[in-house]
Amino acid sequence: MGLKDKFFKKSLWLFHLSAGSCNNCDIEILDCLTPKFDVERFGMKLVGSVRHADVLLVTGIVTKKTKKRVLEIYEQAPKPIVVVAVGACPCTGGIFASSYNFAGPLDKVIPVDVYIPGCPPKPEAMLAGIVKFLNKK
Amino acid sequence: MGKKKIVPLGPYHPLLEEPEFFKLYCDGEIVKDIVWETGYNHRGIEKICQTKTFEQVFYVVERICGICSTSHPFAYANAVESIPGVEIPLRAKYIRSIVGELERIHSHLLWVGLAGHFLGYNTVFMWAWKYREPILDMFEIITGNRNSYAMFTIGGVRRDISDEKANQLKKVLEDFLPKLDLLVGAVMDDPVLHARLKNVGTLTAEDIHDFGAVGPTARASGVDIDIRRDDPYAAYDLVDWNVIIAQAGDVFAKAEVRLLEMYESAKIIQQCIEALKKDNNDEIKVKVKDIPPGTGIGRAEAPRGEVFHYVKSDGGNSPVRHKIRAPSYTCIPTFRRSCVGGTISDAAICTAAVDPCYCCTERMAQVYDHSTGKKIMNAAELIKLSQAKTRELRKKVKL
Repeated sequence: MGLKDKFFKKSLWLFHLSAGSCNNCDIEILDCLTPKFDVERFGMKLVGSVRHADVLLVTGIVTKKTKKRVLEIYEQAPKPIVVVAVGACPCTGGIFASSYNFAGPLDKVIPVDVYIPGCPPKPEAMLAGIVKFLNKK
Repeated sequence: MGKKKIVPLGPYHPLLEEPEFFKLYCDGEIVKDIVWETGYNHRGIEKICQTKTFEQVFYVVERICGICSTSHPFAYANAVESIPGVEIPLRAKYIRSIVGELERIHSHLLWVGLAGHFLGYNTVFMWAWKYREPILDMFEIITGNRNSYAMFTIGGVRRDISDEKANQLKKVLEDFLPKLDLLVGAVMDDPVLHARLKNVGTLTAEDIHDFGAVGPTARASGVDIDIRRDDPYAAYDLVDWNVIIAQAGDVFAKAEVRLLEMYESAKIIQQCIEALKKDNNDEIKVKVKDIPPGTGIGRAEAPRGEVFHYVKSDGGNSPVRHKIRAPSYTCIPTFRRSCVGGTISDAAICTAAVDPCYCCTERMAQVYDHSTGKKIMNAAELIKLSQAKTRELRKKVKL
């Protein structure tokens, strides 16, 4: 059993970082926590500081102004951390790829472990993405 | 007087969904001033719109804000259709109103839930979001997507609502209304919420006029404005409904307006469903060949207030200028009246009370030289300008 397996076997704590999103993925992430999907039954919950987190959920395109903050937050995170790109925007730039304020896809800024495409991805897709990652290792 | 302390709120705060940054200047517990720093979420949408065709712009403006993802296409459709003067089919009008009002219900429920969460009432958060789920499922049935519905197009809508779907929607609303009664009762009769929200973050009608605030924020202070009634579009002048107004102007009044507006939305949807069933004409779209040169203005009442779109066409297939003003742009500056003078612990709910949407509002400012058209502003240059002015004044005053 590798180090990563040991850390990610039990309840995952999530930190949500909106780089420059349209709110859609953010409310769908919150939706995962509310009664219908209820990931809290697996011990997953949103935490207030990235220093407590096992998973970093990034939504939205990385804008020129947030790029510095994204790097800062990634540096603060305890390693190993799973970085999840939620939605089309952090994966590729999506509809905003031609924007003058676009600072590149998320994997050009920080290393990404899981890509969840969709605009916005359904809560089921987000859960499936994380489960796939945990099973794959 | 003690020393003023700065309490930063954001940009990545556990309470906030979006990156936004407030500086609260405090004297002890009391907030003396508030400064808002913007630009984290700026995506240059107006510029992107100029590179897309008129049809494609719908899918861009939909992604200005995920919560108001019908309001922006609504205003844009009104703007573009006003250039050639297209009259959309009756059936499309009703379908547009249904989608718009369903969105209002889901957005207000979302707000009630988040406000409950800010106050430490996580039960309200969970309840409101649970009741929101059937509405989102209904969106998926009608439009094919939970958010970002891609329902509108120039001259009508892209999908019809069949009688079967209309019946399903009717059933969802019938199930939803008793739950709404329960939620409204839980919020309005709670003595703790009365004590917590009344006389907090009060905005008078004068403040609303000063800042030009719109939507539920204005209506909670007794200002009677609603674009759906004042400048009717879609099917809002064909159905019977009321504008909800409260007088107090505090956070409680804003919650009251939003909760009662959901009943009106349900009323509008029910009437639209009946009209759809009676209407035998299947036409949901008129063909618009091209957009002639000219300018169009479109307004729509989003859950947060008036959305304004301006579109300029030169007869080509994409807009040459697209200007957007979202409701939060005028509502957010009211924080200077609602938060200042209150305690830090009230700042979170005062800022949340206008239901601010930062991704709608983000923009950039640049200063251009009027004579040459060259960009002259950056921070260092502005400081240079400022210092030059001081030097000039010094010469004049001869100190």
